Amino acid sequence: MTGEITGEMTGVSGPLLDVRGLTKRYGPRRACDGVGFTLHPGEVLAVVGESGSGKSTLLGLIAGEIAADAGTVSYRMRDGVTRELAALGAAERRALMRTDWGFVRQDATQGLRMAVSAGGNVGERLMGVGARHYGRIRAEALDWLARVEIDADRVDDPPTRFSGGMRQRLQIARNLVTAPRLVLMDEPTSGLDVSVQARLLDTIRGLVAELGLAVIIVTHDLAVARLLSHRVLVMRGGRVIETGLTDQVLDDPQAAYTQLLVASVLTA
Amino acid sequence: MNPVLAFDDVGKSFTLHLRGGVTLPVIAAASFTVDPGECVVLGGASGAGKSSLLKMAYGNYRCARGAIRVRDGDRVVDVATAEPREILALRRRVVAYVSQFLRVIPRVGARAVVEAAGIEGGLTAEAARTRAADLLARLALPERLWELPPATFSGGEQQRVNIARGLIAERPLLLLDEPTASLDAGNRAAVVELIRERRAAGAAILGIFHDADVREAVATRIVDVAGFRPAAAA
Amino acid sequence: MSAASALPETGYNFAYLDEGTKRMIRRAILKAVAVPGYQVPFAAREMPMPYGWGTGGVQVTAAILGASDVLKVIDQGADDTTNAVSIRRFFGRTAGVATTTRTCEASVIQTRHRIPETPLTEDQILVYQVPIPEPLRFLEPRETETRQLHALGEYGLMHVKLYEDIARHGHIATTYAYPVEVAGRYVMDPSPTPKFDNPKMDDCPALQLFGAGREKRIYAVPPYTRVRSLDFEDHPFRVQSFDRPCALCGAADVYLDEVVLDDAGGRMFVCSDTDHCEARRAAGHAGEQAA
Repeated sequence: MTGEITGEMTGVSGPLLDVRGLTKRYGPRRACDGVGFTLHPGEVLAVVGESGSGKSTLLGLIAGEIAADAGTVSYRMRDGVTRELAALGAAERRALMRTDWGFVRQDATQGLRMAVSAGGNVGERLMGVGARHYGRIRAEALDWLARVEIDADRVDDPPTRFSGGMRQRLQIARNLVTAPRLVLMDEPTSGLDVSVQARLLDTIRGLVAELGLAVIIVTHDLAVARLLSHRVLVMRGGRVIETGLTDQVLDDPQAAYTQLLVASVLTA
Repeated sequence: MNPVLAFDDVGKSFTLHLRGGVTLPVIAAASFTVDPGECVVLGGASGAGKSSLLKMAYGNYRCARGAIRVRDGDRVVDVATAEPREILALRRRVVAYVSQFLRVIPRVGARAVVEAAGIEGGLTAEAARTRAADLLARLALPERLWELPPATFSGGEQQRVNIARGLIAERPLLLLDEPTASLDAGNRAAVVELIRERRAAGAAILGIFHDADVREAVATRIVDVAGFRPAAAA
Repeated sequence: MSAASALPETGYNFAYLDEGTKRMIRRAILKAVAVPGYQVPFAAREMPMPYGWGTGGVQVTAAILGASDVLKVIDQGADDTTNAVSIRRFFGRTAGVATTTRTCEASVIQTRHRIPETPLTEDQILVYQVPIPEPLRFLEPRETETRQLHALGEYGLMHVKLYEDIARHGHIATTYAYPVEVAGRYVMDPSPTPKFDNPKMDDCPALQLFGAGREKRIYAVPPYTRVRSLDFEDHPFRVQSFDRPCALCGAADVYLDEVVLDDAGGRMFVCSDTDHCEARRAAGHAGEQAA
């Protein structure tokens, strides 16, 4: 059957994000090779694979931080119109990134302003969209710090004085303060102690469900994918090896590589 | 009557790439239906593919061939070919699956685990809270454990949390994979009673029960999976 | 040094810079006037004075100076500090122009820090010496990124700086180089002038030119341009106020410097603008310490 996709098949509103044929070459090597998928509002997609599989490159391509050699990224804007990101002007694209999108980085120093207080870090996006009332900006910052379980008395401390787990929490608050609909996360829990990781994952899981966020989370940790995601995309050598419902891919993997990945996980 | 669940010529095999690509056929051709108010129990030796059938119905395992039709109101969704989103929607609205083991979520208390399943299934927070407490009480989970994460619970305690989680939202289709395996006689009886209540309320139930007494108490029909085996088909 | 050193030097072009360089700087100035508050890059020359002594301002002054101009140079509001005296002498010797300490007599005023208390007129040009022209530098060290922020008018970051001030001090503690928005578009660093002078920049009849020698940038505020100091709704912009008038001339509502009188802790507050103070005293005004 060809022709129009019906509301029945896609949900009422259609996909939020539509990625097609994304390709990036570095010399002869293809870091990302014809990757495509759609993401609906509230869906959590985990991109899994080993380092060098191209999963972080994919995230950079989607965010427009890396220029693609081929392929498109289309996004349904808040006005309901789906636009190709490459066709947006710089001002429009940047405005989108700091309001309707979030990006939680693996390295918190890349995602935070390390010389600015926690409150200032959270307030930046609000001031970026024109908030000019100090008291309200601060109240909002305190509210978000509480939601990511950072004590209110740390609001004036810079993230240089925060632990690794707290820095990631602060990044999350800083990104979510403008109520984005899509959040990209690049290995948000790697490098943290196991207990810290569990708490952080719990916070992320709660916020994602509560706010109905669409999330693309890049991780090498299948347990993270299982805990947070609805769907998973297995990447290797820049290509999508296998994709589907998370528990289906992890419990009944079809591709040889996915079976190897699943078999390599240590179980406690 | 319209079946809630219909297996139509379903086949399943596993290809083990890590063992040189050997293919293990599990089910050659399974066809059967489950109507509202029915409790169909899968019979047959262990390793005959009973769990695989449940997992395929839940969308947890893929099908090699055939169709698994699940009724969602006036629509019918083929789990074998449905998009992940559609399967997730079925799990929210139609299908509940109780496995032998609880997949533990770190840091979340037992009662909250059950409540969350209720809210996801469409209950209000208030209703979910009341019903979670009601179910945990009927399943005799000591109240002092309710706020604790189930990771530290015994097998039987975890299983009761799992049952409460599967039953709270009162979905039209229940998939039960040995829900009474590690329970004592008293708790088994409580589970049997809950299953019979759901059946009487019109739920379609597909289950695996090794305990003959439980099977007798809940089953309206036995489907022997031996007939679906590749050897039998050959 | 002999008395002859005060005479115009020979062997130099008028106002030291060669005409080609002046044309290049004038083009930058024209562009800066056309795009108020925008930092125009220019090929700053080596000047016979160290960076930090006003090389940017000196080049702008050299490019706009004509033989009939009357030049005034102030440093911290005073005409008699080393920096002001050397720059005045530099142009006295290389351009032979008349110099003055009187604000009302000057056609070109080069300044570090202060805007004169006497209101400026359409016939005057105020040249600022600027050490760091980029107002966003404090939070964003990457030049590529600050250019983008200016180009797209993304100035949320500027308010982050003010937010940090209030979070740390309970009020906006920035008293110098207080950021302003020019003509509703570009955010500009008004050089190290005290925020007391910010309101004087707004709707000013005189042309205001800013030169940064080390960073090679020129920017401008054309006459009668809206210059708004950034602030928060609940922490509005306020200038410093002084709880007493000038000890010498009795002027209120002016910017005062604290002067230590002796080793016993004696001190007084006097006009930072020495010309303004002298003019008032000549007109018969007197403060409590007036001798």
